[in-house]
Amino acid sequence: MRMSKIVRFSADMLFAAIMIFGFYIIMHGHLTPGGGFQGGAVVATGAALVTVAYSYEEVLGMIKKTGLMLQESIGLVMFAGVALIALGLGTTFFFNYLANSGSLFGMSVPYGPNPGELNTGGVLPLMNIAVGIEVWGGLAIVILYMLSGIGKTKEG
Amino acid sequence: MRKVLSIIVIILFGVFLSLLAIDLTFGVPENTGMDDYFIKNGQEQIATNNIVTTVVFDYRGFDTLGESTVLFTAVIGVALIYRDLRKEDVDENE
Repeated sequence: MRMSKIVRFSADMLFAAIMIFGFYIIMHGHLTPGGGFQGGAVVATGAALVTVAYSYEEVLGMIKKTGLMLQESIGLVMFAGVALIALGLGTTFFFNYLANSGSLFGMSVPYGPNPGELNTGGVLPLMNIAVGIEVWGGLAIVILYMLSGIGKTKEG
Repeated sequence: MRKVLSIIVIILFGVFLSLLAIDLTFGVPENTGMDDYFIKNGQEQIATNNIVTTVVFDYRGFDTLGESTVLFTAVIGVALIYRDLRKEDVDENE
């Protein structure tokens, strides 16, 4: 059963804002409070909002369970893979090989308070993105699975 | 009688917790060696302004890997509980 047109319109409007805020928290995890876990939870809140506003069949057309499961797996593999690349470079597991290197996310940071630069942090932004992908896939698929249980009860 | 006894126990427990909380000192830890090291070297070594992220994802990266694995396992458990049983029966009949 879908909600009224007012609720659906409000959900559509809020969905974009929630997504942008979640991606912002994930991307700025190494500068501001938050990070992959928190930003992924915010993005999963957007999926929860859609499931509240629309009916189960409509939600299944919008969000695919297999896609979310794939995103969750890709996030975990990417997180472990970024950490494993350090072994290939001859350093220890989880070594930050991109920090202060001058390449991607490789700018240096002066000691003490400073305005902050997005292009810093080495592998930390990559790991934040990986954890964010995993958390939003995992939490959204939990919501979808529980909603499918409700649909079954109604049918029977 | 029972009610009076439970109220007395609650009050005693509250007094016990309050006595414990009086001695706590917030913001003044005894051993600060680890904190000082993170604050002093975090920005130089990891090139990150957010020291909390530095600790969570770099100095204590193994812990975060474990957390991610726990979340993955929890989601798989939920998927196992809510899996479509009816579809499985159809597959068995075929």
